[in-house]
Amino acid sequence: MVSSELVTGSQTHTAIETVIRLESSRLIAGLARYAGGDIGIAEELAQDAVVAALEQWPREGVPANPGAWLMTVAKRRAVDLFRRNRELERKYAQIGRALDAEVDDGTAALDRVVADDIDDDLLRLIFISCHPVLPVQARVALTLRLLGGLTTAEIARAYVVPEATIAQRIVRAKRTLSAAHIPFETPGGTQRPARLSSVLEVIYLIYNEGYSATAGADWMRPDLCHEALRLGRVLAELAPDEPEVHGLVALMEIQSSRIGARTGPSGEPVLLLDQDRAGWDQLLINRGLAALARAEALGGTRGPYVLQASIAACHARAFRPEETDWARITSLYSALAEVSPSPIVELNRAVAVSMAFGLAAGLALVDQLATEPSLRNYHLLPSVRGDLLLKLGRAVEAQAEFQRASELTSNTRERELSAQRARTAGAQTEESSDNPGR
Amino acid sequence: MRFLGYTLADPTTPIPEPTPEMFAKMGEFVAEATKAGVVLATGGIAPFEEATKVRYADGEFTVIDGPYTEAKELVGGWALMEVRDKAEAIEWTKRFLAVAGGGESTIRQVYGP
Repeated sequence: MVSSELVTGSQTHTAIETVIRLESSRLIAGLARYAGGDIGIAEELAQDAVVAALEQWPREGVPANPGAWLMTVAKRRAVDLFRRNRELERKYAQIGRALDAEVDDGTAALDRVVADDIDDDLLRLIFISCHPVLPVQARVALTLRLLGGLTTAEIARAYVVPEATIAQRIVRAKRTLSAAHIPFETPGGTQRPARLSSVLEVIYLIYNEGYSATAGADWMRPDLCHEALRLGRVLAELAPDEPEVHGLVALMEIQSSRIGARTGPSGEPVLLLDQDRAGWDQLLINRGLAALARAEALGGTRGPYVLQASIAACHARAFRPEETDWARITSLYSALAEVSPSPIVELNRAVAVSMAFGLAAGLALVDQLATEPSLRNYHLLPSVRGDLLLKLGRAVEAQAEFQRASELTSNTRERELSAQRARTAGAQTEESSDNPGR
Repeated sequence: MRFLGYTLADPTTPIPEPTPEMFAKMGEFVAEATKAGVVLATGGIAPFEEATKVRYADGEFTVIDGPYTEAKELVGGWALMEVRDKAEAIEWTKRFLAVAGGGESTIRQVYGP
């Protein structure tokens, strides 16, 4: 046997850690139901089972069904814990008795870890982690921790904040959920749309932080994009009847298809219309179009994610920038402005209008947004305005707008891009003054 | 990270004869991996004896059709996985082989366009 075929100690260790990471969210989800929805207790029980696995698996090997093994060990700990703690015992008396019966009957307990039940628990865990009672940043951290299986250190690195900050957000979030007695359930009825919308918002926030980092030296953090996309794909299978879930997945798949094409050789951003479309990932485009078709097949009113995905699909379907159906994009932005009105949507609609119906029409819409308070410090407003002005031959004004755009963004790469565009506009100013005849 | 995992079932790496039970279990396994957001695309590979080899050397093409000697009628399979690291790809491949009942899979990292 050659040495590369030998399993080394460190390989075993990595393999075990990987199994645990893959099982982590389902384990916590299953345990949360037994802990009466207290995800803090669920996480502690899961941690106990993980410690047991790290002790036993290196000696005895990874069991055939590691998820069921971890769940059984954690449930035994739960019984111990509930027995020890009178307060908890009263609270969870019923759960404790049910657990007793289940754990005593060893093999049956393994069989009873039915995949469908765990799927439901996983969906409940997603809903509770994204509960609107929590501040948005806490929802994001909790989701990455519990559903993504990321460590607090990994989350902190991704968001360029101290690890203690993330740890504190997670601790507080668990406390808030517990104090507010948030039930561990899949919300239905009138609650559902708002709760689902919070879940989608959290996933898309994670995605966007990866797609266009708000701080730091790199323009993108692809790991966050992948994590959000993975969460979206998981959610699409857990809640297959929700068009907006498929809409969000479609949007992320299509945006991800451009990840390789939207930065230049030295990491600088390349704008959508300047990208080499041969570099777009057709596999992800096809997956995105399929997800969009799934959303459309479900019918109903088109929500914000389905509409945004439809816009992304218009770009994805155009082999060359000049083939883009701008008139359709304009009408999709109008529909989007109706279901989720925002100055940013209006700004994007203005860009589409400038492409479909002329620069002047677009600029008129952008100028209407100039007094919008929420856009006062939004770097893309001067950036878009500068672009339209430059194309209209008003280089002096364009230069000032790009300059302003570069001052407004805290992302290094984006700042450089705007500064570069300001210099280009400046050069055109000189060019036209050199050649007054033109 | 993307990995292509494939089991070619060529004569050098035999795999167990598939049974209806194995196919059913494999269906469940693929559904589980899809639910986990891991499988981007997956499919089967026709038996080795139906394979065609196309070679290009010294400016000349050679097309060699099967059947080849000693070829067995065994199908293979492939899956394009999206995972966080290689260790995850290895773990999913182990789970696949456990369902298949034996054999050898190769995992290669693949890149986008």
